[in-house]
Amino acid sequence: MKQFEIVTEPIDIVKYQQYVLDEHQGGVVTFTGHVREWTQGTRTVYLEYEAYIPMAEKMLAQIADEISEKWPGVKTSIAHRIGKLDATEIAVVILTSAPHRHNAYRANMYAVDRLKEIVPIWKKEIWEDGEEWIGDSRHYHSSVEVDRSEN
Amino acid sequence: MKIKVFAGIKEKIGDDHIELQVQDTITVKELKDRLYIDYPELDGEVFQVAVNESFETDDSVIKETDIVALIPPVSGG
Repeated sequence: MKQFEIVTEPIDIVKYQQYVLDEHQGGVVTFTGHVREWTQGTRTVYLEYEAYIPMAEKMLAQIADEISEKWPGVKTSIAHRIGKLDATEIAVVILTSAPHRHNAYRANMYAVDRLKEIVPIWKKEIWEDGEEWIGDSRHYHSSVEVDRSEN
Repeated sequence: MKIKVFAGIKEKIGDDHIELQVQDTITVKELKDRLYIDYPELDGEVFQVAVNESFETDDSVIKETDIVALIPPVSGG
């Protein structure tokens, strides 16, 4: 396993603590994103996730770099599962640790937001009467400069 | 040039990549224009272009040996 990874097996969140714990860290915030069965009255039978794996893992590491710049001392580990996932299963885990809790919470929120913006992972919702790839195309055009502040 | 495709674009193309004949180099903008002409099924699809696993803007130049991918709007999490 790796600090930033795309996996196909169920996620064991405790295993990722090793990447964010050391003698300086006093708090770990762990966010898990789960498959939601009900979205605005529509029942999802299951989800199918796909990723551009090498780029996705690189972008997860980039998010951690951005966090280190914004909140020095915060350590991050992120794993996202792909393939077929059933309701309530863990799709993503994000751990952020810090000497004190505030920055760990802030960094964790930031990581989820960035994951939804820049990490090449796609979700297909399969309903009882159809299916659809989900994607928010706002601002999604390659003439738009992407945030490279980490470079 | 082999261009990786994913998700909805992959389903529309019916394959996980597109082969495109390119003379030496091409800009991201030129690549997109070519793709929309050669693959009418991409009409209505939006995507960013990744070169060597990084997002690139329209004016970026792609070499024939680069690793290119079309990235439709992401929906992880």
